[in-house]
Amino acid sequence: MDNAPGFAFQILQSVFVVLAAPLVMGWVNQCRARLQNRAAPSLWLPYYTLAKLFHKDAVIARDASPLFRITPYILFGCMWLAAGIVPVLATGLPFAPAADVIALVGVFALARVFAALAAMDIGTSFGGLGARREMLIGFLAEPAMLMTMFTAAFISGSTQLATIVDTLAHREFAVHPSLAFAGLAFLMVLLAENARIPIDNPATHLELTMIHEAMILEYSARHLALIEWAVAIKLFAYMTIGFALFVPWGIAAAGDWAALPLAFAALAFKLAVAGAGLALIETVLAKMRLLLAPEFLSTAFLLAVLGMLIHFLVSG
Amino acid sequence: MSLASQLVNLLAALLLLIAFAMLAQRRILTLIHLFAWQGAALAASTFIVAYSTGQDHLYFSAVLTVALKVILIPWVLHRLIDRLNIRWDVETLINIPTTMLLGIGLAIFAFALAAPISQMADTLTRSTLGIALASVLLSFLMMIVRRKAVPQVIGFLAMENGLFLAATSATYGMPLVVELGVALDVLVGTFIFGIFFFHIREQFDSLDIRHMEKLKED
Repeated sequence: MDNAPGFAFQILQSVFVVLAAPLVMGWVNQCRARLQNRAAPSLWLPYYTLAKLFHKDAVIARDASPLFRITPYILFGCMWLAAGIVPVLATGLPFAPAADVIALVGVFALARVFAALAAMDIGTSFGGLGARREMLIGFLAEPAMLMTMFTAAFISGSTQLATIVDTLAHREFAVHPSLAFAGLAFLMVLLAENARIPIDNPATHLELTMIHEAMILEYSARHLALIEWAVAIKLFAYMTIGFALFVPWGIAAAGDWAALPLAFAALAFKLAVAGAGLALIETVLAKMRLLLAPEFLSTAFLLAVLGMLIHFLVSG
Repeated sequence: MSLASQLVNLLAALLLLIAFAMLAQRRILTLIHLFAWQGAALAASTFIVAYSTGQDHLYFSAVLTVALKVILIPWVLHRLIDRLNIRWDVETLINIPTTMLLGIGLAIFAFALAAPISQMADTLTRSTLGIALASVLLSFLMMIVRRKAVPQVIGFLAMENGLFLAATSATYGMPLVVELGVALDVLVGTFIFGIFFFHIREQFDSLDIRHMEKLKED
């Protein structure tokens, strides 16, 4: 089989994700501002911010090691790779077999480890504090994430995200109680992993309550831009993983150009709804105390495990 | 699998989820609301079973569940906590994440126990037997780990929900006379507990049942 259309799709999807990710971020911010009765910022504001940051001169602490310099590139690379693996527009991409869901969680973990190391590298107190909190959240969120993925994997019989999407999108309609549990757990993990309320406040200016922001306090200019961009891609990737697992309808097969406009439309619709939903969650919930975060995440783990158990019970 | 069976499974799963939420809950008021929702899920699943199998007496038990467990008993409990003036947070013996882990263990145990039984059954609802058993055990756990009397009673009532689901899933419900008897017992029990609460508090100035361990005068 000639793989050229597949590669064309792969390149299209990768470029599309990187370009569209800040737009999703802008949409979430706009929705949130509207819900909170503020004047909404422009949808393109994240692009302006990135452009502004790329034009500035980078300032780096005197004691910074090379690790500090390369971390933004590693973060960006990891997220871009993840976005290439997740079936965003089409299934059966040539990159997809490179990593199943377990490896995908590993890619996110790699990015987290480097972010934490770079935060501790400078030796400021806020950096260390943020890194420790991030690792706490990470080690609690990861098992819940894996369990969620396994629930969907058991239903479709494969840990390949593309196969999962294919099975779930083309089955006859069936109510899976286990998927409802897994969906709830995934939502909680998404909030925790992307440093959203109730775990972390992405718009905070108070260093003592920061988790993710505390880790990147020392970055400036192009490094900061890359990290912000990576954060946007990460949110995009998590949302599309959620779509792939729970609402996979409308996705195209690789090389099927005719199905592409439908896939774009479906994706845009799902992203708009998910972004508005995220803004709604962030408006109605308050940030919880850091000490309650383990409880939040152990609930997510519990839901995911329950989902898996119920799958066995109901199908067996 | 038919749609009715899938819906029953979904509702049973919801019931189990609410059982876990009750286990994790810190406020008495929310606990009562959750109990009412659990009753509603139970009534809905009973109704669906009644509709899809044509067992007419199950309609009665669904209506009975709504009247008693969704409306009357939560209302009585609301009045009780108003009169007792207790809206403070629920005290637990073990911290909540540990309780949840214990709960997962119990759920796995119950599922494993129910699996061979439900394989022999041929009812529409056979796969919910494990869920019913799990929610009974979870209510037990809630009665054990709570220190105050009101959450213990809510645990007791939730256990009855689980038993009801078990009866529906194993044999399409008990005979109507038995169901009426059980429902009446639960109602009377709630009232008696209500009277007990006042007596306990009058005697010990608190609803903490630890005080009852030293009833002996020394």
